[in-house]
Amino acid sequence: MNILALDSSGAVASVAVFCDGRIRGEYSLNHKLTHSQTIMPMMEEMCKRAEYDIAATDVIAVAAGPGSFTGLRIGAAAAKGMAFALGVKIMPVPTLEGLSYRFWGVPSLICPMMDARRSQVYSGIYRFEGGSLKTVREGEALALEEQLKRLKAAEGEVVFLGDGVDVHLDAIRNSLGDRCVIAPGHRRYQSAACIAQYAADKLTEGVPAVAAEDFAPEYLRRSQAEREREERLSGVNS
Amino acid sequence: MSGINILAIESSCDETAAAVVADGRKILSNVISSQIDIHTLYGGVVPEIASRKHTERINRVVGKALSDAGITLDEIDAIAVTYGPGLVGALLVGVSFAKGLAFAANKPLIGVHHIEGHICANFLQFKELEPPFPCLIVSGGHTTLARVKDYGEYEILGRSCDDSAGEAFDKVARAIGLGYPGGPKIDALSDEGDPDAIPFPRAKVDGSDYDFSFSGLKSAVLNYLNSCALKKQEVNTADVAASFQKAVVDVLVEHSMLALDKGGEKRFAIAGGVAANRHLRAAFEKACETKGVEFYCPDFILCTDNAAMIGAAAYYEYIKGVRHGLDLNAVPALRLGERI
Repeated sequence: MNILALDSSGAVASVAVFCDGRIRGEYSLNHKLTHSQTIMPMMEEMCKRAEYDIAATDVIAVAAGPGSFTGLRIGAAAAKGMAFALGVKIMPVPTLEGLSYRFWGVPSLICPMMDARRSQVYSGIYRFEGGSLKTVREGEALALEEQLKRLKAAEGEVVFLGDGVDVHLDAIRNSLGDRCVIAPGHRRYQSAACIAQYAADKLTEGVPAVAAEDFAPEYLRRSQAEREREERLSGVNS
Repeated sequence: MSGINILAIESSCDETAAAVVADGRKILSNVISSQIDIHTLYGGVVPEIASRKHTERINRVVGKALSDAGITLDEIDAIAVTYGPGLVGALLVGVSFAKGLAFAANKPLIGVHHIEGHICANFLQFKELEPPFPCLIVSGGHTTLARVKDYGEYEILGRSCDDSAGEAFDKVARAIGLGYPGGPKIDALSDEGDPDAIPFPRAKVDGSDYDFSFSGLKSAVLNYLNSCALKKQEVNTADVAASFQKAVVDVLVEHSMLALDKGGEKRFAIAGGVAANRHLRAAFEKACETKGVEFYCPDFILCTDNAAMIGAAAYYEYIKGVRHGLDLNAVPALRLGERI
């Protein structure tokens, strides 16, 4: 099985090619938010260096959200364009679950966290059991304090990763003390290799990929205009 | 060079569009998925919603463009995409999709300027039209008077210093309770009004014969409405619409005719969404006829945002050998004639 994977949901732009059970190539940059300019040249360069024939692709895997709205769309639209040309499907990978794969098999709670602004984080709680990722708490947009409260009530070590850690390091340490394990720099951020592996695992489990035309990112948040309109309408009705 | 099929994609504002154009002149398909029903709820285009809808719809729109044209991706010679000007988030969807498509299908990629596309809409409809000629581009986002010197070569004569003509229409329409989109609604209501009822100002821009300014006119309309309200005087909205519209059209025609006088061309073209306005078309038709100048104005479907016009503009870039790399970015403030 051959998978091309992309992740442009956060600060990192990352592409990977997965062939027959292993990562054949990966290219990541954590340097400036210029994903629109960098991610496709990275894809091209990686495929060339890996001598990968893109026509052999079975499925495109992409970080499907949450994340930066624009970043998600850059990855989603590129994935949809490639899938259209190749006539293949897309495997959407929830960003937070893809991030959790950075600590595959680690026997503690895993809490990926992305800065969602407006005093919130995108975060979920996961655990590896029997070689597969289990969801303890679904990913959502919520206040940091709320997520930390849940984790305090749980037991054992918690691995924190994602760009939310950069913003909230002190609050996490103050809240969980010795129980928190902060991911080091080389494993803190998104990696398309994890997106590819996650997609491969899901396909093996029998989860179907989706038609390229039916795929759209999962933002976990409506647009500001939609929220304000709803508030206005509910204000009128009350 | 002939037999060149270009698959073009346009997503700069609130239309998701794709088209196949042969040799820059022949439309093989022209698919437009409008979001206007959604944005009407908000009284204008919401960039985040537009970007989301583009992402959802783009594959079906591009797929339909190919199937309507009756050709396969293999028979496409190049992928063209609007990369500016426009809403950055909206542009990025088309640009990212086009890059993924061009890469995976191993096709050349050509980034196109949205306004150049509008101008080239004339080439799709009028096979005999060739540069040079002056062209007025009037749309929701742009008011530009340019001289088309050759294919892909433009001299900007004038542009709006503040609101575009389309924005002025939208704002005035909102003020007199017509809602969004303002252009077609004012156009329709004007039929019932007297265009000379209210003497709204025709603004001049200091130091430029060709530049436009519409914010003063918009303020004059708002002031007029306020003073009527203070005097408890009933407003004839049809008269306001007709008088406002005439003030806009008069200035557009005057500057355009000046460009013709200076340049001496015997052809003049208009383009862009506001070019669909019936009163504007009629005024230009009359002014050009008086001068003995051939007037070109595309049908409504080619005036509003579409991808066929992008395919037309891309063809003339293609035959010049212009190609973009996969680092092509959306450039929201791209200038006419600028090449990035």
